[in-house]
Amino acid sequence: MALEFEKPISELEAKIAELEGFAASSGVDLSGELSVLRERLLRLKGDTFDNLSRWERVQLARAPGRPTSLDVINGITSDFLELSGDRAYSDDAAVVGGLAYFEGEPVVVVGHQKGRDTKENILRNFGMPHPEGYRKAMRLMDLADRFARPFIALIDTPGAYPGISAEERGQAWVIAQSIQRMARLRVPAVAIILGEGGSGGALAIGVGNRVLIMENAWYSVISPESCAAILWREAKEAAKAAEALKLSAKDLLELGVVDRIIPEPGGGAHRDPKITFANIKYALHQTLSELKPLGPEALFEDRYRRFRGLGRFQE
Amino acid sequence: MALERLFRRRRAQGEARDVPELWVKCPKCDAQIYKKDLEANWYVCPKCGHHMRLSADKRVELLSDTGSFQQTTGLKPIDPLNFSDTEPYPKRLERYQREAKRPDAIVGGRCTIGSVPSVLLVMDYAFAGGSMGSVVGEELTRGIESAANENRGVVIVSVSGGARMQEAALSLMQMAKTTLALDRLWVKRLPYISILTDPTTGGVTASFAAIADVILAEPEALIGFAGPRVIKQTIRQDLPEGFQRSEFLLKHGMVDKVVDRRQLKDTVSDVLKLLYPRD
Repeated sequence: MALEFEKPISELEAKIAELEGFAASSGVDLSGELSVLRERLLRLKGDTFDNLSRWERVQLARAPGRPTSLDVINGITSDFLELSGDRAYSDDAAVVGGLAYFEGEPVVVVGHQKGRDTKENILRNFGMPHPEGYRKAMRLMDLADRFARPFIALIDTPGAYPGISAEERGQAWVIAQSIQRMARLRVPAVAIILGEGGSGGALAIGVGNRVLIMENAWYSVISPESCAAILWREAKEAAKAAEALKLSAKDLLELGVVDRIIPEPGGGAHRDPKITFANIKYALHQTLSELKPLGPEALFEDRYRRFRGLGRFQE
Repeated sequence: MALERLFRRRRAQGEARDVPELWVKCPKCDAQIYKKDLEANWYVCPKCGHHMRLSADKRVELLSDTGSFQQTTGLKPIDPLNFSDTEPYPKRLERYQREAKRPDAIVGGRCTIGSVPSVLLVMDYAFAGGSMGSVVGEELTRGIESAANENRGVVIVSVSGGARMQEAALSLMQMAKTTLALDRLWVKRLPYISILTDPTTGGVTASFAAIADVILAEPEALIGFAGPRVIKQTIRQDLPEGFQRSEFLLKHGMVDKVVDRRQLKDTVSDVLKLLYPRD
């Protein structure tokens, strides 16, 4: 399904397809007209996708069909063995994780998990974890430390779930604990923001030695809608809020919040998952290679220094 | 009553600024309290025990040993994102600075608490609802690191609506930065006490405030991750009585003790003495 700003493209695509069909069935030569239209399509795609506003990128980050954490895990690792449960309360389907091989090396991987359709989204709580999800993530961090395996975190959540049950079970507490647990890892830790990086619920698994972000992903302290509701008193002003929050990959690279942008195929990661996976694989490979020479304490100090330096102020 | 009504009328006409308010009404029990009595009682209603908001400076006075506090905070905020909503961020900052009479939402420094060498850091709700941006995060981090270097305990008083929106992702990063800094205390076996006051929510609760060695809360303080309004909108149900209040958190195992403000100094001193290295 086309997003609002993609409609002119899909309309032109439909027109071209229609003409192609007519030319084939009728035998009329329309190659001249078609080549003009194809050229126009190319230009239109370029104009649209090279100049995306922050709000349009937010929509791409949420686009139906965008690769989820499980898609990426299956796309870039082999022999994924999913592990379940927090050993305290339940298994949170909004967080997945387990053991896998990345380019032949055993790794531990965790990610927020959205559903691919409405039914699955209800099961996955739209990728919004409860405390048990973060406890599962922390369990897997323990595993990574104990067996000296690199830890890979895939971020894709609108935020941690804001509900009664989550508050009763200490949502704020587990997020803080998860930040602390990840900071203390003595193995290489890489976080990749795949789609939505919604505030503390994202950061809970975002304390990597390196933080990578997909070209059209967003990461901020609040969603554009919630920010608009508070500051503009109007959730409809989300587009303005998205601009003000400077939540795009490029903004975050300039602020030092992320270290590297992973390019997406034109029109977004969902247009060509194969290229998307190849790009993630390449960036992750390089990042893990950079971290390989560091010993356990050096990895901890490297992470400390990375986050210690973030913030802007005047002495 | 008549006197109070008189002042209220004059306030409405915009003349009240030079008239000191002598009486304060308790928002919980409606008792009229002589303001000097309220101040002497650390803004706890003498009739019903309701805890009103206490200023950051008063907090410092309440918790630090008399005459021991040396302020170290003073960093100034900037506008790293060029943020503007209905008003540019620098304009808001100027107003907050004028109203709160400090550069950002925190005051802190070295002191002794019950004779234990400490670093005391207090958030200030009067400045942007105590929200945490780069300055608050950096001051907390510097305070914690200096405590680790100088063998001091750390006491942080939280009162905050959460991370500051106008610094967006940089505010979010302060959650990680402050949390990481606390590790410096851990390795040196220095105690950290977190005091949660009304209200403490969002990114402040979900970082340094929640991972202390001992967590104390003032009575009936609103404490949580998501604000009640957000939760209500999400689940479209009324929230149970007492939800996200200190006593609710105590019941659910999230805080160690709910402490009356008038006993807070003694409790903090006791915990510091019990945990601080003995030699």
